Amino acid sequence: MVKLTINGETRSLDVPEDMPLLWALRDELGMVGTKFGCGMGLCGACTVHVDGVATRSCSAPVGTLAGKKISTIEHLGETPLGKALQKAWLDVDVMQCGYCQAGQLMTASALLAKNPNPSQAEVDSAMQGNICRCACYGRIREAIQMAAKEGATIHV
Amino acid sequence: MSELAETIALSRRTLLKASVLAGGGLMLTATIPGIAKAATGGRPATLNAFITIAPDGSITIVGKNPEIGQGIKTMLPMLVAEELDADWNRVAIVQGDSDARKYGPQLAGGSFATPMNWIPMRQVGAAGRAMLVAAAAKRWGVDPSTLTASKSVVTNPANGKTLTYGELATEAASSAVPDLGKVKLKDDKDFTIIGRKIGGIDSPKIVHGQPIFGLDTRLPGMVYAAYERSPVFGAKYVSANLAAAKAEPGIIDVFAIPGAGGHDELVDGIAVISKNWWLANKARSKLAVQWDNGEWGSHSTKGYDEQARAFMASGKPAESLNQKGDSAAAFASAAKVVDAQYHYPFLAHVPMEPMNCTAQWHSKTGTMELWAPSQTPNGGQTSVAKMLGVPEDKVVVHITRSGGGFGRRLINDFMHQAAAIAQKMPDTPVQLLWSREDDVRTDHYRPAGWHRLRAALDANGKITGFEDHFVTFDLSGGFNPAAMPKDQFPANFVPNLSYGQTKMKTAVPMGALRAPASNALAFAFQSFLDEVAHEAGTDLPTLLLSLVDGAEADPPQNGPFGKQAGFDPARMRAVIKKAVAMSDWGHASLPQGHALGFGYYYSHLGHFAEVAEVSVSKSGQVSVHNVWVAGDVGSHIINPFGALNQVQGAVIDGIGQALSLAIELDKGAVTNSNFHNYPVPRMPVIPAIHVEFVPSDNSPTGLGEPALPPVIPAVTNAVFAATGKRVRSLPMDRALLATA
Repeated sequence: MVKLTINGETRSLDVPEDMPLLWALRDELGMVGTKFGCGMGLCGACTVHVDGVATRSCSAPVGTLAGKKISTIEHLGETPLGKALQKAWLDVDVMQCGYCQAGQLMTASALLAKNPNPSQAEVDSAMQGNICRCACYGRIREAIQMAAKEGATIHV
Repeated sequence: MSELAETIALSRRTLLKASVLAGGGLMLTATIPGIAKAATGGRPATLNAFITIAPDGSITIVGKNPEIGQGIKTMLPMLVAEELDADWNRVAIVQGDSDARKYGPQLAGGSFATPMNWIPMRQVGAAGRAMLVAAAAKRWGVDPSTLTASKSVVTNPANGKTLTYGELATEAASSAVPDLGKVKLKDDKDFTIIGRKIGGIDSPKIVHGQPIFGLDTRLPGMVYAAYERSPVFGAKYVSANLAAAKAEPGIIDVFAIPGAGGHDELVDGIAVISKNWWLANKARSKLAVQWDNGEWGSHSTKGYDEQARAFMASGKPAESLNQKGDSAAAFASAAKVVDAQYHYPFLAHVPMEPMNCTAQWHSKTGTMELWAPSQTPNGGQTSVAKMLGVPEDKVVVHITRSGGGFGRRLINDFMHQAAAIAQKMPDTPVQLLWSREDDVRTDHYRPAGWHRLRAALDANGKITGFEDHFVTFDLSGGFNPAAMPKDQFPANFVPNLSYGQTKMKTAVPMGALRAPASNALAFAFQSFLDEVAHEAGTDLPTLLLSLVDGAEADPPQNGPFGKQAGFDPARMRAVIKKAVAMSDWGHASLPQGHALGFGYYYSHLGHFAEVAEVSVSKSGQVSVHNVWVAGDVGSHIINPFGALNQVQGAVIDGIGQALSLAIELDKGAVTNSNFHNYPVPRMPVIPAIHVEFVPSDNSPTGLGEPALPPVIPAVTNAVFAATGKRVRSLPMDRALLATA
């Protein structure tokens, strides 16, 4: 049995320890907001937070995650920063297909939590692991900067 | 695709049917009869767009076409709501299932949706408005023409009385049903929804991670499937160690499936079933499959390239595409001949959501139920029914949102696989999912191609003869995504012409990639014309304008959706001049080492001229700093949010093709596997993109594709301007451009 703390809840799973978190979330727990894109940590679609750090869940075996706090896209709106990002995403109308956006949002929220006022170069550097095949990159940048401005007034 | 083209010939004669909803309210069914043949089976096809108005005033509009990120689920209902004078804030949009008889053709491809639906969807809305106004007029005992409507409210200006659509809906359902062909559409100046920036209708769900994509489908008792197929195209299944895979942890079943219908449908393979996809996929490594590669195991991109270059060197195309005047004589008397060979590679689509499909075989009713992220759900429904040997109405296809398409999901091989697997597991829902490696290695690729282009110039630098020897593949049967049109520009604007082609044999599956054929031909022809301009002592925009100087528009042609505008040089001139002005072409003061390049292309009824500003590092790395885009897609930009997003995305997509993407084959199989060796663009490489639309009096046309082709030659031509080196093969070879 593997015990995980996901979005504040403890979940017990009967899966091999080397199963990546992504597949525990999607196929065991039915939490499908976290997306499969490459399986090699190359595209960022599966990004979640592990103890606040943006982590590729497709490459994180569940056996390494005991005692750590996992947070997913389903939980993003529970934080003021997450809310601000979601609002900016909609105000800018960031997405085309939207499939990668859960991962984009999770990476962006980890960035802003650590660096509330990033430069464009810092945004690019933090976000370069997240592929958007529709190439909504300009709008992702814009939305992050918008949320950062908004974030100056909220308690992260 | 040819089947699609057949099914999208719509009649404009449209009828309406109204019905009262249980519990009150109006349901409006628009019926467009007269389609010669349904997508399936020869019965009359009808197009039904549904407007449902509940007594509380909430309005539901059906989005009929698959949403793949092109914004169609938001945009088509905007057209209905505009003419309905609906309160957009009270509009909900639901995705229709695949049903060509009910909705008419449902597809995401060819940038067709806008020109196909611009008038019919508005007529549906206008008819609904007329019925609601008639109901109000009857209640008040006044002439309907004295009433106004706005934001779901009918007003009598004479006395200020109002009635909401919700209050009127039930009565409206018994009003006389207008003839859709005769309903009055709004004057453009009265538009309040068309032209408004409206965010994607599903975006609020997506930012919360709610289930909406094909891969998010979850059903009680569902199991997961991985599908092992040969990496060598055209290979046949011989044997595998099914028992070894079945002995792996968590594996429910393993079975071989014989192919049927070729690589567009079902290829030989082995299904591995588990309660968790990761376990199923992992167990594939134990299969030790034996494949019979036949003659295909020796094919490689290197081999194709060698063959193609030998054909080009021979100077003798196997077949003629277009001959005009006396090209040989023009070359014999030329003051100057420009002669260059161009090549572009195979490309994959790699949409972010890997191919998947969920299927359930209902044994009692003999029904196959599918949840499919497909661009051609009607086609999939037909071909799956055929494969299973069941009537088409026994295949139910729920259209899910697709995590990107780019043409990949025009082919429904994943749907066939899921159905074939589900049929072997009666009543158990199965979700088939491909790994990214499956996706990269078993795509239907943008065809590679080779062109030997020659131009004869007279002493004034004018083109007197033009030739292309196109080396392509033998893709006989169905839609050919490599096909070069015989009037490929500048065919109609040079006095002597010879276009010919030679085809090579292959088993590599090929398909349409966003702006098919155009994405390749734009590079070869606009780069070569840039060479010609350079040799003639001018520049590409000047050459293009001079080629079409004084030319008149082609007459309207019968296209896949009725009469459509012919090629119009006036529109071409307008976008070229706009892009020249936007980029300060010829006068721009640029940073040291930066240079501009130009490209123009007409595809999918849209005219696009684009200028790229690049620099090239000593190591040969190309950076694109700015792209200026001038586009004419008709009279209106329906949703500026979606429109700009399509153009920006297309530009970056094209830059990726120019700089870094190629699919390689060796020993009959693709050697790329994932995003590390198929490196699509990432955030740091994107340029600033400056877009202006140049309106014309044509009906609005699609934007998913036409902004892509010209950016590729704009970049390659800018690289020449910066370095003096011609890029004649894609993707750009850094070693060739390196100076240190």
